[in-house]
Amino acid sequence: MVAPAESHAVYDSKIEGNIVFTKLDSAINWMRKNSLWPMPMGLACCAIEMMASACSRYDLSRFGMEVMRFSPRQADVMIVAGTVTYKMALAVKRVWDQMPEPKWCIAMGACASSGGMYRSYAVLQGIDHLIPVDVYISGCPPRPEALLEGLMRLQRKIEGEHSFTEQKQELINELT
Amino acid sequence: MNAAQMVTALKEKFGEAVLSTVEFRGEHTLNVTLASAKPLLKYCRDELACDYLVDITSLDQMGQEPRFEMVYEVTGYSHHQHLRIKAQIPDGEEVPTVSDVWPTANWHEREAYDMMGILFAGHPDLRRILMWEGYPYFPLRKDFPLAGKPSDMPDVGFTGIAPMADGPFVTSAGAVDTVTREPRAKRVE
Repeated sequence: MVAPAESHAVYDSKIEGNIVFTKLDSAINWMRKNSLWPMPMGLACCAIEMMASACSRYDLSRFGMEVMRFSPRQADVMIVAGTVTYKMALAVKRVWDQMPEPKWCIAMGACASSGGMYRSYAVLQGIDHLIPVDVYISGCPPRPEALLEGLMRLQRKIEGEHSFTEQKQELINELT
Repeated sequence: MNAAQMVTALKEKFGEAVLSTVEFRGEHTLNVTLASAKPLLKYCRDELACDYLVDITSLDQMGQEPRFEMVYEVTGYSHHQHLRIKAQIPDGEEVPTVSDVWPTANWHEREAYDMMGILFAGHPDLRRILMWEGYPYFPLRKDFPLAGKPSDMPDVGFTGIAPMADGPFVTSAGAVDTVTREPRAKRVE
């Protein structure tokens, strides 16, 4: 059973006007989580399920994620969907390095999480050997609903980040 | 001409070079000597109208002498008869290439070289096709473990060892009931 997200106070624009008071971190996180642009690293069969979840029945557009940017420079989250062979592993790492911060990674499916059913000389046993993964989605392949659940979990993780507070702390540390 | 007639024609033409023939459920196989493999295959293409090379594969009969076995499967679009030609090769000997007979053999022979280490004499571009240049092993040989061996070529490729048994993701075969058989029942040490 999925825990419901925290409820937000009811906001009446007639009374309060068009001004919202919030923490900068919350505002930044809200903007980031509602416009995650995926970079689909579709390597094998999981890519088909990723395409299916972007299509009309399991729409990714309602999350703001229909913008599948195949250029890593323009993407936020890399969805590694499929078997990562050793031959492809360095290319995936190079693409990950080209993504600008803030970036997240989703390992979609059994092969990307842990090598899947391929325990052999040619398959990297999980993309987390190379890049830091935020959300693992199990399944072979995971249903589009599972991918959506994984993306929503990533959204909840982003909600809890403290990027501005950390930057402020770094600045204070530098000045003193 | 059907496949049985083709086998007879080949046996007549090549005589001693055809060591044995096998017929199983309509599939005809000829075992030939290595030296006669290429002339025989050329004869198949030219005289028997086998214009389609379906597959080239290789076997590692480790422990037997000669160690490797090449298998060529050919057929023809005009007659749809399949023939299989096998030739045994000792380790280290080069096989004459058939990429000038059928151009598709180019990649099949590259794969046989990559996976088994069988060299092909006269091949225009013999380099690895599935693994990368400089990978030190031949993975489909019988003495290479399925889990793989570690290797590292910086900036080109690296390999590790895949865990074959134990670990949190493997079910236990001899467990009493389905609950204890579950992978998550194991504790990771």
